Amino acid sequence: MAKMTMIQALNSAMDCTMARDPNVMVMGEDVGYFGGVFRCTEGLYQKYGAHRALDTPIAEGGIIAAAIGMGVNGLRPVVEIQFADYIYPGFDQIVSELARLRHRSGGEFWSPVTIRAPCGGGIRGGQTHSQSPEGIFTHVCGLKTVMPSNPYDAKGLLISAIEDDDPVIFFEPKRIYNGPFYGHDVQANVATTWSAHPAGEVPEGHYTVPLGKAAVLKEGSDVTILTYGTMVHVAEAAINLSGISAELIDLRTLLPLDIDTIADSVKKTGRCVIIHEATRTSGFGAELVAEVQEECFWHLKAPIERVTGWDTPYPHAYEWEYFPEHDRIIEAMKRTLEAD
Amino acid sequence: MALSQKPAGHFAGDVEDHADTQSGLPVNKLYVPEASSRPGQNPDFSDLEIPPAGTTPKPQTDTHALDMQSLAYGLVRVLDDEGNALGEWNPNLSAEQMRQGLRHMMHVRAYDDRMFRMQRQGKLSFYMKCTGEEAIAVAQAMALEKGDMLFPTYRQQGLLFVRERPVLDMMCQCLSNSKDNLKGRQLPVLYSWKENNFFTISGNLATQFSQAVGWAMASAYKGEDHIASAWVGDGSTAEADVYHALLFASTYRAPVILNVVNNQWAISTPQSFASAGTTFAARGLGFNIPSIRVDGNDFLAVYAAAEWAAKRAREGHGATFIELFTYRSEGHSTSDNPEGYRAKNEAQAWPLGDPVERLKQHLIRLGEWSEEQHEALAEELKQSILQTWKEAITYGTLEEGPHWPVSTMFEDVYKEIPAHLRKQRQKMGV
Repeated sequence: MAKMTMIQALNSAMDCTMARDPNVMVMGEDVGYFGGVFRCTEGLYQKYGAHRALDTPIAEGGIIAAAIGMGVNGLRPVVEIQFADYIYPGFDQIVSELARLRHRSGGEFWSPVTIRAPCGGGIRGGQTHSQSPEGIFTHVCGLKTVMPSNPYDAKGLLISAIEDDDPVIFFEPKRIYNGPFYGHDVQANVATTWSAHPAGEVPEGHYTVPLGKAAVLKEGSDVTILTYGTMVHVAEAAINLSGISAELIDLRTLLPLDIDTIADSVKKTGRCVIIHEATRTSGFGAELVAEVQEECFWHLKAPIERVTGWDTPYPHAYEWEYFPEHDRIIEAMKRTLEAD
Repeated sequence: MALSQKPAGHFAGDVEDHADTQSGLPVNKLYVPEASSRPGQNPDFSDLEIPPAGTTPKPQTDTHALDMQSLAYGLVRVLDDEGNALGEWNPNLSAEQMRQGLRHMMHVRAYDDRMFRMQRQGKLSFYMKCTGEEAIAVAQAMALEKGDMLFPTYRQQGLLFVRERPVLDMMCQCLSNSKDNLKGRQLPVLYSWKENNFFTISGNLATQFSQAVGWAMASAYKGEDHIASAWVGDGSTAEADVYHALLFASTYRAPVILNVVNNQWAISTPQSFASAGTTFAARGLGFNIPSIRVDGNDFLAVYAAAEWAAKRAREGHGATFIELFTYRSEGHSTSDNPEGYRAKNEAQAWPLGDPVERLKQHLIRLGEWSEEQHEALAEELKQSILQTWKEAITYGTLEEGPHWPVSTMFEDVYKEIPAHLRKQRQKMGV
């Protein structure tokens, strides 16, 4: 075991898989010689060479298309899109091609591409360095969508994603690359570096965290909190500040969704609050509301609440008014309790 | 050639200088390209500059892109109007190889004719012919090796004939019946054939062009000498994927052949909306990729260009960009009526003729073929296609089935069926 930040854990995941399988290679803008703008691919170029840590032109559509072709020809490309906000030029290749190859070809062709993209706000990133577009991808059949919340999961989930024969969109919340984040206005009496956090203990070798499995991080009896990414830690702080007995579930994989773990919890608590940074309307939270309503209707004691980003582009100056902070989470939890 | 000169082979619809008639000075005015002809007009291709066959030099395979610019603005032609094969680009095929090529082209045409008629009789939902463009897929496929990966559009069915895809299987795909290898999921003509390296055709234009470059990069990554070959139409060159393909192919010297089939029309839109008043091949030069413009109705020229490009790729010199200059003789698809946007007999006015007729003429001139043999072969292919059609419909039709079991719709979305899809399948009761 070693102390790792999320960046180091992701780097270790790529290093481990590249060492085991010569068909695994990483590619993207600035990922090669320089080691990535967030340092996630640092050292891979020096260790594995220019053709396995491949610097690319600035063309997300071209990068993803090339990766698809490489995957069809037996490689396992791990693509980095520098910011999730810049994934859109590659959207046609992802939706029309990568996600559909296997189905449209009757199972003849497929491409095991993993697309890593730093996502999320809380870093003064403004409109184009803060977005959380996961809901756009969970709507696409044929893709798996993953978002880790800590170094241990980040490494184990990324190895699973790379080794999976289906395409995986792997969103990395950049706000927690270097340490957990509990909210802008939370003076949390808890670890603010990964070295002081239990999930910062990461095995140096190969291991996996399975795709499609949620984690119950904290047990509780009165309300179920469903969230993922940075908001796992903000929700944890809110629970601690509120004194409410809340059960905290980190979804880890959004699609396929671990509905069994979710339903077991909501049937127990009878209440559910869903939290994400992404904008509200047609966000992934809406899917969660619908699933919970369908699976747990007769167990629900209160309307399902959603705490999300507002339906606006991500603002620069009003970051902490936009970002779903602990006070909004606590209010939502209280509303569900009062509804009974 | 001097770059200030107008490139050879330009055509109706090219940019003309605007000038104010009174002052004679240029005026700023939105320019909208025009079609080569419109309904009610007489088709006229007299502006087209067609260089004589055999006059274009054939460079060494390691020649730098900038040292062969004239090939991007010219037109490589081997067969002249009398059916003689001339010049350095003559691939010197045996009579047997040429008869094989002719047979494949005639086979494609017989297949297209039958399938088009079956659509008109309501037996198929949709079909797309490649009439007039048969040489492009057939000749290139014959020049490539079986391990080379093909990334076609929906109008290169000739590739499948050369690689000996059973016609029965192609028909079953178009019928979406119980023997369709795509299990009824795809529109007719969007074939896929993994076994012989024919990539799954997508409805989304140009996406495969840049994927082919990635495939070729992987081939080089693994140290294999298989190359990729990709096709796109004139209209689809406007898509960003074509720019990506050219850039990535050049940056990584990928072993790939990038083909633009310029058949003059993108549904109702003339090629001038995408060509920017010059040749498509010229576009490759800015990417430092050797680029050639080829008479796409000249079987021997298409073969020679593909052979040259494949050799370059296998020798490690990287990509070649080929514009295949041809004409879409028929409608875009069974859902299209070309009489709504172009002169009724424009195909007959096309100065580069018909690829089948031209190769036939050449073989007859060599004493290796005859009108009688030609007619007999056409009849034989027509009959065999008809027999195969009769067999294909025994495996089902779109309207009447049988099809694959409905439950298979939920398969292959992922490698394993996830819980939510199992649940949906269950809900459907299949």
